[in-house]
Amino acid sequence: MTDKIMTARKAVDTFIKDGDQIALGGFTVNRNPMHIIREIIRQKKKKLYLVVHSHGQGMELLIGAGCVERIELAYGGVARFAPTGYLFKKAFKDKTIEVEDYSNYQMTLRFMAGAMGLPFIATKSGLESDIVRKFGFSPQIRGKGKIPEHKLKVINDPINEDGGKVVVLPPLNPDVALIHAQYAGEKGTIRINGLSFADIEQAKAAKTVIVSCEEIVPEDYIRQDPDRNSLAHFIVDAIVPAPFGAHPTACHMYYDYDPNHLNYFKKIAQNQDSFNRYLDEWVYPFETMEDYLTKVGFKDLLKIKANSALGYAPGLDRR
Amino acid sequence: MEPYTATEIMALTAGSLVQNNDILFAGTGLSMLAATVAKRIHAPDAIVFFETGGIDPSLEELPLAVADPRVMVGTSVNSGLADALSILGHPKFRTIAFLGAAQIDCYGNLNSTMLGTYENPEQRFPGSGGACDAASLAYGIIVFMQHEYRRFVNKLDYFTSPGWLSGYNSRREAGFLRGGPMAVVTNLGVLKFDDITKMMYLDQYYPFTDPETIALKTGFSLDISRAKKCSPPKEDELKMLRQEVDPQRLILGPMPG
Repeated sequence: MTDKIMTARKAVDTFIKDGDQIALGGFTVNRNPMHIIREIIRQKKKKLYLVVHSHGQGMELLIGAGCVERIELAYGGVARFAPTGYLFKKAFKDKTIEVEDYSNYQMTLRFMAGAMGLPFIATKSGLESDIVRKFGFSPQIRGKGKIPEHKLKVINDPINEDGGKVVVLPPLNPDVALIHAQYAGEKGTIRINGLSFADIEQAKAAKTVIVSCEEIVPEDYIRQDPDRNSLAHFIVDAIVPAPFGAHPTACHMYYDYDPNHLNYFKKIAQNQDSFNRYLDEWVYPFETMEDYLTKVGFKDLLKIKANSALGYAPGLDRR
Repeated sequence: MEPYTATEIMALTAGSLVQNNDILFAGTGLSMLAATVAKRIHAPDAIVFFETGGIDPSLEELPLAVADPRVMVGTSVNSGLADALSILGHPKFRTIAFLGAAQIDCYGNLNSTMLGTYENPEQRFPGSGGACDAASLAYGIIVFMQHEYRRFVNKLDYFTSPGWLSGYNSRREAGFLRGGPMAVVTNLGVLKFDDITKMMYLDQYYPFTDPETIALKTGFSLDISRAKKCSPPKEDELKMLRQEVDPQRLILGPMPG
């Protein structure tokens, strides 16, 4: 065992401060770092500044629980369960959060630029759109703390005279990246199965990396097949053992998304009182995965258990 | 004639616009159906990929999200956003993206972000996701819309994804290397864009409606002079869509009648 392995409580308490800029790993209904997110809510972290590409269930919980002050994002929804996240939508309309819109490629490039130490990164994506013309963050806060001086700039291609206009984007170097992975070696080598989304770029760009994982395996075991590994051990600061730690979102080869839970959440998310009751029922009482999973129950866990050949639960009733 | 729903004819019509060997960028909902339909009916060599990084999955079960674990099975490569989104603009590939939106204007520019403004927001939609990237970089896009007056607008509340901008040559002049909307598939018909002006016109209308009704449901002046009546779905295609592609009717919704 190494000192990187710790509980969610210790990881959040040690590494996350009010006001931090946080990159959430996963994508809409897949591999959201839900165990860590529920702990952030239990510790009542405030004024978080989320930077995501397409985020879903985890972002919904954090917004609903009042932990979020501002977000840079490309997409806020939980797929068919909530094409636009209800809590995101409400917070946007009530202006309780500040939102800056980018595209998925732009956000991914920004994480990549941060990871590579680039001063900016260029793309053709978004020319002439309101993504380059309209600004969600107030001008007064631009350039303060982690907020980039410019959302982006449109310039002439500086290399190729015939290249026309390009969009240049500021890099992202979040304070913390939260990732949920299938495997972690004891020293922190990480293996993500299935799609990595932008988790690897997010982790490499961040100052601090917290990874929750389905299983911790011996470091020499994960190094027997290094071709399949996603992150080098020294990039990772905290490893949190969390079987089913992405529930109710999916984790390839381990479990599917939980349609029962997500449909239930869809109902309760439409009203602040019922959402607060959800927090009382599902978030505040359970510090450990064992207690949380007892609440979810065997029956629903077995329904979503992944088939080991397919990686999801075939025939799962997803209506 | 077997009764069918608007969603069913939309999926089949959009699927028919795909060519074999196209590389399809699919989103959630109808685009997932259209891509799967195309592959099973007439474009078996079309490749489907998802912005999340799933490249050419087997799609034995219908994914409900681009991040569904069902897009990670039988794939050629499982990668991530950087890899997948960089395929979009690769000049070597005829990449066709299926997109949906809340609003569209006569040049096929799209809004999937909001109604109102950041200062006075009226409604919020999820945002670009990969839509702006696809509209900017892909060889072409096919748009799905519910055909409603409030959605076919003169001016977008928010301009998320670039279509033909202000028509004629404006897209190239703005710095885009290629792309632009090829067709808009709605619950009433198929709209295309004039070769010169790049303005939308009605190309086909479904058997259960007529061009005048469609013009009335369009918030800008629509050329209906070139409109042809579309044939109803073929029975074997309808059967395949219902029995193989979406047996749980997760996206198709209720059966007709």
